[in-house]
Amino acid sequence: MPLSPAITEIEQLKAHPVLARLLDWNVSIVEAAKFDRDELTIWIAKEAIRGTCAVLRDNSNSPFNYLADLTCLDWYPSEPRFEVVYHLLSIPTKERVRLKVRLDGSSPAIESVTSVWPSANFYEREVFDLFGVRFAGHPNLKRILMPDDWEGHPLRKDYPVEGYR
Amino acid sequence: MTQFPATVEEQDRTLVLNMGPQHPSTHGVLRLVLEIDGETVLRVRPEVGYLHTGIEKTCEAKFYQQVVPLTDRIDYLCPMTNNLAYCLAVEKLLGLEIPPKAQWMRVLMNELTRINSHLVWLGTHAMDLGAMTVFLYCFREREDVLRFFEMVSGQRMMTSYFRIGGLALEPPLGFFEKVRKFADRFPGNVDEYEGLLTGNPIFMMRTKGVAYLSADDAVALGACGPTLRGSGVDIDLRRDAPYTGYEHFKFKVPVRTEGDVFARYLCRVQELRESIGMVQQALAGMPEGPIKADSPKVVLPDREKMKTQMEALIYHFKIITEGFTVPAGEVYQAIESPRGEMGYYVVSDGTAKPYRVHMRGPSYANLQALAKMCEGQLIADVVAAIGSIDVVLGDIDR
Repeated sequence: MPLSPAITEIEQLKAHPVLARLLDWNVSIVEAAKFDRDELTIWIAKEAIRGTCAVLRDNSNSPFNYLADLTCLDWYPSEPRFEVVYHLLSIPTKERVRLKVRLDGSSPAIESVTSVWPSANFYEREVFDLFGVRFAGHPNLKRILMPDDWEGHPLRKDYPVEGYR
Repeated sequence: MTQFPATVEEQDRTLVLNMGPQHPSTHGVLRLVLEIDGETVLRVRPEVGYLHTGIEKTCEAKFYQQVVPLTDRIDYLCPMTNNLAYCLAVEKLLGLEIPPKAQWMRVLMNELTRINSHLVWLGTHAMDLGAMTVFLYCFREREDVLRFFEMVSGQRMMTSYFRIGGLALEPPLGFFEKVRKFADRFPGNVDEYEGLLTGNPIFMMRTKGVAYLSADDAVALGACGPTLRGSGVDIDLRRDAPYTGYEHFKFKVPVRTEGDVFARYLCRVQELRESIGMVQQALAGMPEGPIKADSPKVVLPDREKMKTQMEALIYHFKIITEGFTVPAGEVYQAIESPRGEMGYYVVSDGTAKPYRVHMRGPSYANLQALAKMCEGQLIADVVAAIGSIDVVLGDIDR
């Protein structure tokens, strides 16, 4: 199966039910969209992430009631540096969608989605621990994998693989 | 999550107890901070990270094919499932087509891995609850499965048998015959385990109605696999989002609605039977043909070709020294591991090394549901609850 080129025009992707639902709710929150390798990615405005997640969770046609994964990408040294990535799954329809939020590198912070999916708790702690992204409204934002007194955030690209000596 | 003890009065009444990290029933180095009132557990706080080795960071410094052995070491009870999830993700990034024999071998080995993992779970779970014999029986059959792993890959546990583009080696002569004999015998073995546990009054008292998790809570807390199906949510990625040829196989997805430890036990034991059924189907329908994709720039050439063909030697040299480039893009590949949804998120920036590899471990997700299960239960039931979510710490800490 040869790769087909990615579709990145919102106009061409409008027919996709998830994107249509979001555009219907609030046009201004969708920054960009991409359909590549059978996976839909939608870039959401930083301020709207919790609202968007709640809308998708309560979506009547295919409720995205399950947060499959939450992680982060570091695009150092370009800006905006971080991308927080949400993988959502709709258990009734088995559909998947990926949401992304761009964050700048100076003091990355975003609203927590633990009030939408309690399962986001550990994932957000992990992203905070390994990337140093702060989640506002998280009930217990502490390091989870690294020791509490660790310095630095190991999965950042400017953190050497061997660690600081 | 509130800090505890919450109030001074509570402080007088309750006791904070550390369970683990060195505790035989936590199946590794899981530490639970329990707040107890007498024998009743009020709150549970899991502390993890004791096994953190930074595998995700290491992946970013390796060529794509060098990551495969690292994936073995994440969830050490189901190495082939990890190999498969990673290989599928990279193959999707590359747009690589896998020949049918390799796909069927992957299903066969994957189901044997599930049997291996469930046998370890069943044995240790039963032993936690006081049934010693089952442990010995389960490890007897597990030994057979590990021998099959050794036959195909040379390794009992860290197999690295699936490679990007297919399999590492042809299965050896006599392999299918041995697996067939095992598959014929194994349903009788499962009857044996069930005879010791399913109707056993002590086992039932320890598990029925214990560590209840409702369907809504299970979904909200992100539980997956048999933990989710034991609460009545019908989802199995092998059926709902088939990968590597699972669409050709017939199997039932066991779902129970009770949501307790016994329901999860029944789901997993039934899965053992379904898995052996799939092993039999794979043996009966095993196609002939190559075991590697026809893509010389990605897949290592056969040894024989390297001795006779110049190009094969050049490609071998190039793949080993420079790796192969992968077109830029990102893929989230989720598969059904013995513990639930195992997802690999691989991001490529067009070079020979992955820009980011993130593993979504099923145990990590299930552990969040543990606190909910244990609150209001007895301390002894915490042991049953940990066993019932089948936690593997390598999968959590990575």
